[in-house]
Amino acid sequence: MAAEKKGLQLLDFWVSPFGQRCRIALDEKGLPYEYLEQDLDNKSELLLRSNPVHKKIPVLLHDGRPVCESLIIVQYIDEAFAGKSPALLPADPYARAQARFWADYVDKKVYDCGTRLWKLKGDAQQQACKEMLEILKTLDSALGDGKFFGGEQFGFVDVAFVPFTAWFLSYERYGKFSVEKECPRLAAWAKRCGERDSVAKNLYPPEKVYEFIGVLKKKFGIE
Amino acid sequence: MAEKGVKVFGMWASPMVVRVEWALRLKGVEYEYVDEDLANKSADLLRYNPVTKKVPVLVHDGKPIAESTIIVEYIDEAWKGEYPIMPADPYDRAQARFWARYADEKCNPALFPIFTATGEAQRKVVHEAQQCLKTLETALEGKKFFGGDDVGYLDIVLGWYAHWLPVIEEVTGASVVTDEALPLMKAWFDRFLAVDVVKAALPDKDKLLAANKARREQLLSA
Repeated sequence: MAAEKKGLQLLDFWVSPFGQRCRIALDEKGLPYEYLEQDLDNKSELLLRSNPVHKKIPVLLHDGRPVCESLIIVQYIDEAFAGKSPALLPADPYARAQARFWADYVDKKVYDCGTRLWKLKGDAQQQACKEMLEILKTLDSALGDGKFFGGEQFGFVDVAFVPFTAWFLSYERYGKFSVEKECPRLAAWAKRCGERDSVAKNLYPPEKVYEFIGVLKKKFGIE
Repeated sequence: MAEKGVKVFGMWASPMVVRVEWALRLKGVEYEYVDEDLANKSADLLRYNPVTKKVPVLVHDGKPIAESTIIVEYIDEAWKGEYPIMPADPYDRAQARFWARYADEKCNPALFPIFTATGEAQRKVVHEAQQCLKTLETALEGKKFFGGDDVGYLDIVLGWYAHWLPVIEEVTGASVVTDEALPLMKAWFDRFLAVDVVKAALPDKDKLLAANKARREQLLSA
């Protein structure tokens, strides 16, 4: 029986915003890890063994033990490496609850609505566009005039949402709206986050994401 | 004027609300319960939870928190010195959160269709729900409760099954959690329901049966 690999490994897929959350969290904490790109059309033995329930990425392996679900992984990183700054979640219980609420809101709303925006046509697409604007405006409001969602410090909600900023261009093109125009505070926040090493290093250019969606559409036979 | 104390905005038949009550009771925290008519939500509820407008909402010294699992973690952290709800070890915490999410995102939607399914369709959805619960059951193996020797976070999150699933089974005639299909879960139901704080917050079973029977009839005749 092979010895469990020591240290951190991340099973991931290059353009996944969920995977990027984990990469950003690890980099923010200055934690070295082995990045293992996965072929989602031909899933590896390691992936299937590490996440038998969902068979999805991202999966964090810590000394061989798997942690699944991106926001659970980010919290695990924050807790298992509590000695490493910065703390991604604030210390105050109420502030932590607020952070979890907004990260959960991003999780429940953004990706699914975004997918409907580029997958669907006609009225259904119009509906998705309307919803996306509502979601972004709600998040813009939650951000308020703060530097980051957590206030002065880049934290959990920022980590949860920032990967989707690389998808803004695609949402804008499919939805025919401008994030800058509709949610200027969010647009400014996205730019501010993009200046951080952990974010700049781990997000792909918006044009590349747009191209990827084009490839997906062809794959699903969507015009 | 500073608002002091703990309020829970809920609805008597909501399983998500009971999670919050169990957590507060385990911590020995006194609270005021406000029952909502979800067809006619109070101004307070809409003010405290403008984003989703749902129950439960916990208001602690005037500050609101929404989403039952987030509220339970908050309760654990705000009353840190009392009964521990979350596991201490970060890896165990990650596992508990994983299964809580699995239950809410996969098992609950799998259980939902049982309510209005009949005949062959019912057998199919029951089987699918059982598969989901079987996966969840693996988190119980070799333990008295999901939390180990004592009730913990995952027991609080899943505990509603112990009271509500038998009601749904009676109303629909379906058999979901049986000794044959889900022995560990069935045994855990009995242990969980025997816990004092659990019993103290359960809605009246007959009232729940009547409400669910009526709701099912309404949906099936629509």
